[in-house]
Amino acid sequence: MKCTEFLAILDDVIDESIAAQTRAEIEVHLRKCGHCEVVLDTTRKTIEIYRCHEIYELPSEVSERLHNAIMERCKKAK
Amino acid sequence: MSTIQSVAGQDEQHPDVALVERVRAGDLSAYDTLVRKYERQLFRISQHITQNREDAEDVMQDAFLKAYEKLDQFQGNSKFYTWLVRIAVNESLMRLRKRRTGKMVSIDDDIVTEEGSMPRDFADWAPNPEQNYNQAELAEILKKTIQGLPEGFRLVFALRDVEGLSTEETAETLGLSVPAVKSRLLRARLQLRERLTRYFKKTTPAVAPRVNGAEA
Repeated sequence: MKCTEFLAILDDVIDESIAAQTRAEIEVHLRKCGHCEVVLDTTRKTIEIYRCHEIYELPSEVSERLHNAIMERCKKAK
Repeated sequence: MSTIQSVAGQDEQHPDVALVERVRAGDLSAYDTLVRKYERQLFRISQHITQNREDAEDVMQDAFLKAYEKLDQFQGNSKFYTWLVRIAVNESLMRLRKRRTGKMVSIDDDIVTEEGSMPRDFADWAPNPEQNYNQAELAEILKKTIQGLPEGFRLVFALRDVEGLSTEETAETLGLSVPAVKSRLLRARLQLRERLTRYFKKTTPAVAPRVNGAEA
């Protein structure tokens, strides 16, 4: 497997939707290629970091205000 | 009134289906439950698109009201949440169009840039890179980095990777093909990785880049 072939299926590797045969080929490639290993590892971390840290927080008082406004409007729309 | 089919399987009914049925029967408290369940996600998605807090607040309210008014149009062949997200995405894009008067806003245009489609920085990250920054600095880094992505990439990443929609749901929500979502997702992930590497790569604390001193 070449680096370009690995990159083409990087998303499938991350999402774990890879056939067993291809997985074995990937493992062989990663043992030999430090660059692809880093790309895989840091791309996984990129996704994880965005999942774990809420960058657009909704403080509870704002959430409550908006929630009440939504329900008021729905009542009127009845 | 149409009957909602289960999307989780023949025997397994998604809890939202029962709530939607109750709302259709006139029980507003069931809608209150649905709003509480999804208001944070809708707010985040709207903010990802509009990149403006006030707009995101308005969009979130409008989207929930529109969903309530159009509940009879919800057929149940997609999840209620996906249907709701589609409404919020459309409302957000409309809001953007209003702000950028005269400029078309579309997420389904082909993105021709090849930037970031090949990794260039192969530096490994520090073991827990977030710990080199305080909460506010980290939030700023993540915000600046994702805001630097082209709109079509940012949205696909936000829906698929942050909000956890499937590739198919992301495609349906954005009106894109599955291959288009996959291609954008790969490039979004690679571009974010490349940009975050500037902040998170292994380095000595004395020369660690700071959020205000480096470009996202």
